[in-house]
Amino acid sequence: MGKFFTVFLLLAMVCALFSAVLAQTPGASSSANSTDSQSARIAKLEQAAAEAKSSGDNAWMLTCSALVLMMTGPGLALFYGGLVRKKNVLATMMQSFAMIGIVTLLWALVEFSLAFGSGGSFIGGLHNILLHGVGSQPDPDYAATIPMQTFMVYQLMFAIITPALITGAFAERMKFSAMSVFMVLWSLLVYAPMAHMVWGKNGLLNAALGGRFPTLDFAGGTVVHVTSGVSALVCALYMGHRLGYPKQAMPPHSVVLSFIGACLLWVGWFGFNAGSALSAGSLATSAFVATHFGAAAAAAGWATAEWIRNGKPSALGAISGAVAGLVAITPAAGFVSPMSAIIIGLLAGAFCYFMVVKVKMIFGYDDSLDAFGVHGAGGTLGALLTGIFASSAVNPILKDSQGNTLASGLLEGNAHQLVNQLIGIMIAWVLAAVGTLVILKIVDTVIGLRVSEDHEMQGLDLSQHGEEGYYWESPA
Amino acid sequence: MTKVEAIIQVSKLDAVKDALQEIGVEGMTVFEARGHGRQKGHTEVYRGREYTVDLIPKVKLEVVLADDMVEKAVDAIVTAARTGKIGDGKIFYTRIDEAIRIRNGERGDGAL
Repeated sequence: MGKFFTVFLLLAMVCALFSAVLAQTPGASSSANSTDSQSARIAKLEQAAAEAKSSGDNAWMLTCSALVLMMTGPGLALFYGGLVRKKNVLATMMQSFAMIGIVTLLWALVEFSLAFGSGGSFIGGLHNILLHGVGSQPDPDYAATIPMQTFMVYQLMFAIITPALITGAFAERMKFSAMSVFMVLWSLLVYAPMAHMVWGKNGLLNAALGGRFPTLDFAGGTVVHVTSGVSALVCALYMGHRLGYPKQAMPPHSVVLSFIGACLLWVGWFGFNAGSALSAGSLATSAFVATHFGAAAAAAGWATAEWIRNGKPSALGAISGAVAGLVAITPAAGFVSPMSAIIIGLLAGAFCYFMVVKVKMIFGYDDSLDAFGVHGAGGTLGALLTGIFASSAVNPILKDSQGNTLASGLLEGNAHQLVNQLIGIMIAWVLAAVGTLVILKIVDTVIGLRVSEDHEMQGLDLSQHGEEGYYWESPA
Repeated sequence: MTKVEAIIQVSKLDAVKDALQEIGVEGMTVFEARGHGRQKGHTEVYRGREYTVDLIPKVKLEVVLADDMVEKAVDAIVTAARTGKIGDGKIFYTRIDEAIRIRNGERGDGAL
């Protein structure tokens, strides 16, 4: 009896549902203003579709923002922290971590506006200071489907890691106070203008928004890696070598920490490069794939070069190669095919190995953790190779006045792109070198860059921060 | 009483410990040590820079024994720790004047 009743109840519910649906379906000829209601429905549908896409894109971009933050802390902090002597491990990690604090505040105050606000060819204006006008509405010039605030916080993560990369050059000998002031000035005088030129509205080198010299730089080969790498070289030259370098042995105190850091960098880099599509579509996939292939090829390239030269492939070599490949593929991801990415990676792995092992020894500068050898050299090579391998089939970014797609790179017959890449690279080199030199001079005069000899021998953990990374004799 | 100090390969510690326990040695103290004798060490390469590592990780083991146990213990250590290659380590011994058990103040061989 109970069973029969249940079936009856179910049938009744189905009937009720049907009649409700039928009642809601308007008859084709039931209303005089049917076209109006149809277009209203289409508009509603379109809005719903746009909202769905926007929600998907936003979810991806927030994830990418978090991934790029993870590159600085813990990624870069561990990578660099493992490479120094153990008396400097915390100070080195702190130099990366401090950027998260300092640059975030600076970004909110003025740096975002200088980089991405409307302005001239070289630097943005002051319309967006204190994040004025940066809200939930998208800015279609940058990213039409995500809130401006998402774009702002995503770009912030790039502004954080770029100065943090420089710290590898002056590791184990710079005052924390001097470093903090240096980084504030560097962010305003070097990073903001360079980001504006390449990515900002009216930017001199902006390929997507009609710049004078359209330079292809998908995720920051010039903005992030050439600027930080060249600044690193200038820092190493200006500050001089660490006490005892190169006679005294200064091997990494923990390649294990560096290993974990490098692997976190690799994963975070998917947010860095694939996220630079600023949407969750096929362009993001293309950049993601190129990034991975480039990194893997470069790890193999560096380790092989080492194997041939030393008879052994080292763990430190393999992870350094992966980072070099990630650097070199940064401007190219989103413009090149997976096969081109492999070639770029292999070249970058071998080239950066040569820069770190040979060139640094020949010139004798103490770029302690090879910020220039990996980021400066790899970034420059990657930006050049982008001009060769960029494919309009992967990303039709260059268009004529009628909107037809033009050839992208040299291999497609656009030799002029290589010239534009060179111009972009030159501007990044000159801006970084001159800007850094001026800032170093100022900070050196006002505060003094280096710690005292005593403090350097004691280690920066104790002298700058009053703590130790490894405190074995803790009371029971 | 005699103190026997043995510097041995890190990988041989367990074998030596077992061998000493078998002949009835009841206590020992073990230190992680670094050093070298005739063993030359090795080189490590980090980003193209070569470093010579000549202080090699070793284990130093100390036992204080009643005099009649010393030769037995030395034999046990030598047998257990030997690989026949350079770097197997060394054994030294010295006279000990007195031993005192902190718990009850007992002295001499009985305190060992």
